[in-house]
Amino acid sequence: MMLVFALFFILPLCFVVMVSFWDYNEYQMIPRFTTRGYYESFEGCLTKLPELCTMLATYVKTVKLCLIVWLFTFLIGFTVAYFLAFHVRSKTWQIALSLLCTIPFWTSNVIRMIAWIPLLGRNGLVNTGLMDLGITHEPIEWLLYSEFSICLALVHLFTFFMIVPIFNSMMRIDRRLLEAAYDAGATGWQTLWNIIIPLCKPGIVIGSIFVITIVMGDFITIGVMGGQQVAAAGKIIETRLNALQFPAAAANAVILLAITFLIITMLNRLVDIRKEL
Amino acid sequence: MMKKTLNRRNLLKTGAGLALGSGMITGFPAVHAGEEKVLRYLGTAVNQADDISKQLFKDTGIKLEYISATTDDVTKRVITQPNSFDILDTEYFSLKKLVPSGNILSLDAKKIKEFDNITPIFTKGELPSGKKIGDQGTAPKKVMFLEAENSTTFAKEPTQWVTLIPTVYNADTLGIRPDLIKRPISSWAELLNPEFKGKASILNIPSIGIMDAAMVVEATGKYKYPDKGNMTKEEIDMTMAVMTEAKKAGQFRAFWKDFNESVNLMSSGETVIQSMWSPAVTAVRSKGIACTFQPLKEGYRSWASGFCVSKATAGPKLDYAYEFVNWFLSGFAGAYLNRQGYYSAVLPTAKAAMAPEEWAYWMEGKPAAIDIKAPDGTLLEKAGAVRDGGSYDDRMGNVACWNAVMDENEYMVRKWNEFIAA
Repeated sequence: MMLVFALFFILPLCFVVMVSFWDYNEYQMIPRFTTRGYYESFEGCLTKLPELCTMLATYVKTVKLCLIVWLFTFLIGFTVAYFLAFHVRSKTWQIALSLLCTIPFWTSNVIRMIAWIPLLGRNGLVNTGLMDLGITHEPIEWLLYSEFSICLALVHLFTFFMIVPIFNSMMRIDRRLLEAAYDAGATGWQTLWNIIIPLCKPGIVIGSIFVITIVMGDFITIGVMGGQQVAAAGKIIETRLNALQFPAAAANAVILLAITFLIITMLNRLVDIRKEL
Repeated sequence: MMKKTLNRRNLLKTGAGLALGSGMITGFPAVHAGEEKVLRYLGTAVNQADDISKQLFKDTGIKLEYISATTDDVTKRVITQPNSFDILDTEYFSLKKLVPSGNILSLDAKKIKEFDNITPIFTKGELPSGKKIGDQGTAPKKVMFLEAENSTTFAKEPTQWVTLIPTVYNADTLGIRPDLIKRPISSWAELLNPEFKGKASILNIPSIGIMDAAMVVEATGKYKYPDKGNMTKEEIDMTMAVMTEAKKAGQFRAFWKDFNESVNLMSSGETVIQSMWSPAVTAVRSKGIACTFQPLKEGYRSWASGFCVSKATAGPKLDYAYEFVNWFLSGFAGAYLNRQGYYSAVLPTAKAAMAPEEWAYWMEGKPAAIDIKAPDGTLLEKAGAVRDGGSYDDRMGNVACWNAVMDENEYMVRKWNEFIAA
């Protein structure tokens, strides 16, 4: 187990960190220590303060997108999991409905994203519908190729990752606790806030880790749904790779990793997952 | 003794030779026996047609294994995995990265049968009629020859050692939706016209996009580049500032990177004016949607691609590679490319493989005398239609610049990415 971990995770990670300190030219990496990959990424950022330079703004935007997506996946995921765990009584139905949640994964990632275009586009279903109903007179432009469409697609994709661990936590809650709360005169909200949420914490944290790590590194969904116009940390790495600037890509990967790691450490502070499991 | 050398393979070879010599059997694959002749062909999907590989197999017995990737990924693959392909089909501008890496081999012009018939656009930078064409950017003649077989320096004059044997090239311009714009478009400057706010697009491949951007900046009269194919850092900053300003004002609907994206944007009406490639315009039109590959007064941005081999290619594989390249220039493939709206490198052989009416439509800019069909047989244009931009001489003769890798390429790519992210 340790060996697999070392071989397939620690070692490649060390390489990435090492390469991020290498020099490069048009077509090759030069194994010579330099911090060029880092400082060129943030070139001009200090002089531009307090205004954010493109690179800093990109990281801020990535974190912002990530938080929005996290919030919505959490709200929707929690509600769906709650419904499945406490309102659906039969085991068969629980299984059937959980399987329904996987429908978005039945087609490929790319097709799923392209399918949004006829729906949200300028001449898409939503716009023509709204105009036919007389609610709007001009097509709404921000439905597609905007932060809105990115968040929509990401929430659609990743809510499932939130549902499963939260549902799992909820199923472990001893039902007698809920009855006791009810007998003690707690309202539904009080039960939710004082019993269910605290006992679901591990599920929430695990779901959050899934969503946050995926969204922080995503570049395909953000690229397609943002019309390649919205930058994110993952996209920076992709474009650097495409330009054969591997050390610069590695440097950005290290930065992204550090930020993600920071967020996850903070989450771990809130809940000690190992203890809870 | 005789029996030992007369193995099955030699026997078949002699047999086939005799049969061909006597003219009794025709239309058979040239080789049946022995190990399979396989070439792994790395390139963008644009040139990797099934019809071509089938015809090639029929004519020569060589089996192509297509490996298709985006422009950037092709370059990446050559740099990082030179052993994963035999034949490389790439654009001339990427040579400035590929040749110094030493991962590709030049080809010997003497082994290319039609080499002297290759259009002088490649060797001299002029039309067959002798007219000089624009050479700003990475024009093929600048990177076509190496000083020696294993050299990594480009030769100024033609030599025997060719970096890429040219296959296909074209003159690109803006694609427009005439039904939605409803007025004539004649300048690159229109891409940034506020009239098309939120309905314009530019392609997000730095080496190509920067040239489109430069054409636009020049057309607006803001600045005249001494050489837009080799900008200084200040010129790059200025160009990107103009584009970033337009982007922030909401001029662009999206950027595209892949052929299909450009087709989707245009056919769904998300954009009405954008950088485009010729077959993408054809694809939009074949859906019954009006789309014009609009000739503009400032001229075209041109590109060209060709074949070379991986450094790992040797022995019989190398022979197959030469056989393949020679076959490619011998007519069938050239005609196929011409019918897609591209141009083939050896014009006489392609002409021989096309109907005279087809040639007149595609190459001479004359109204189609018959219905014009795509290589797969679908109807492209009804009789009477005229090709956008007219004849070969009108289109290639008005090339203003070429896709480019500049001296300041690294800086340019960085600034381009900032523009995309801004």
